Amino acid sequence: MAEGKLLLEIVTPQGLIFSQEVDEVTAAGTEGEFGVLPGHVPFVTTLKIGMLACKVGSETKIFFVNWGYAEIGPEKVLILADSAERSDEIDVERAKAAMKRAEERLQKAADIDFARAESAVERAVTRIQIADLRRAK
Amino acid sequence: MATLRDIKRRIKAVQSTSKITKAMKMVAASKFRRAQQRMFEMRPYADRMNGVLSGLAGSAEGETHPLLAVRPRRKVEILVLTSDRGLCGAFNANILKAATRHAAELRAEGFEVVMSSVGRKARDFFKRRGISLRNSWVGISGKISYANAQEIAGDIIATYTEEAVDEVILVYNEFKSVVAQKVVIARLLPLAPIETAEEDTLPVYNFIYEPSMKGIFEQLVPKNVEIQVFRALLESQASEEAARMSAMENATKAANEMIGSLTLQYNKARQASITKELMDIVGGVEALKG
Repeated sequence: MAEGKLLLEIVTPQGLIFSQEVDEVTAAGTEGEFGVLPGHVPFVTTLKIGMLACKVGSETKIFFVNWGYAEIGPEKVLILADSAERSDEIDVERAKAAMKRAEERLQKAADIDFARAESAVERAVTRIQIADLRRAK
Repeated sequence: MATLRDIKRRIKAVQSTSKITKAMKMVAASKFRRAQQRMFEMRPYADRMNGVLSGLAGSAEGETHPLLAVRPRRKVEILVLTSDRGLCGAFNANILKAATRHAAELRAEGFEVVMSSVGRKARDFFKRRGISLRNSWVGISGKISYANAQEIAGDIIATYTEEAVDEVILVYNEFKSVVAQKVVIARLLPLAPIETAEEDTLPVYNFIYEPSMKGIFEQLVPKNVEIQVFRALLESQASEEAARMSAMENATKAANEMIGSLTLQYNKARQASITKELMDIVGGVEALKG
């Protein structure tokens, strides 16, 4: 392992999404956003629906993470996520459609699973935000 | 006796059947490869999750989780995994037989048994027998996603934590090889105690836990149930396609054999009719000579 690098691994039930040495990782934990540099104190947290960014040299890679567990060691970051997508893999049209569906459900609000609809909206919004961020660059 | 034309028609029919079964076999083969691929893809996740859980269980001394606690058994739920589509040999029959037998055994021991199922075949089977299902999921085989597993696991966990049932048993086909599937009856809930990692296999860090170790453990244990359900679904899917492959292979073979024997019969009949015609001609000639 190269000195001053972090091994970032993102694993989902659909397979190993990403495994590479990076310089810096930023992720959205349930208790707030946090950044990790090599030599971080060992740290375990859960991730909420959100963005995960990592820096390799001058390049920044962005991922969408749908719930996750993160285990951080001095030279390794392990992310176990329900699902994760690279920012350029995000299907914006699908996310928009999902948002519309979920919002309609929330509006009717009779006997729906409120938490489920809400997290569907959150997922869609986050996906769209990440995709926008990438296009803005 | 069957006329030449009848035999020819039958040969044609069997030939087209054999074409269809051959095509179905090829489709099953490609679906099977995909299913197997997905089984391999989820393995790293399951491995790491196990590692993490055993690490946590080791450090969480005496920490218990409702899904790990063993309660006195009174009511048992059996979740049966079958396919939506048929034409896969004894795949569904084996599973349903095993599930019915297991349910009968449990009833004989004095437990109350509830059934739930995945797949159209199981639902129809129990419906025909007038057995009510607590819940059933159809239309997911062939396009199983992790979200399906989450939905099923979520429902089962809810039923279990409400104490509507005290144990949940999974009955599914485990994939052994292309020619062999094994019916497995395994306990899903309460979860088997998580083995504690051995000291020297994991680097011992003094982790900081956010929000708290208990909170994280509580989120991860249900994930483990989801993974087990997902794995069973994928195993069942791969087994189904493998079973369909060999069933279609056998059907194609049988069809080809039938074509062979029909062709033989056809040729015999053809020769008999030629011989008969010849004899008629010879007879006619002899008569004219007379």
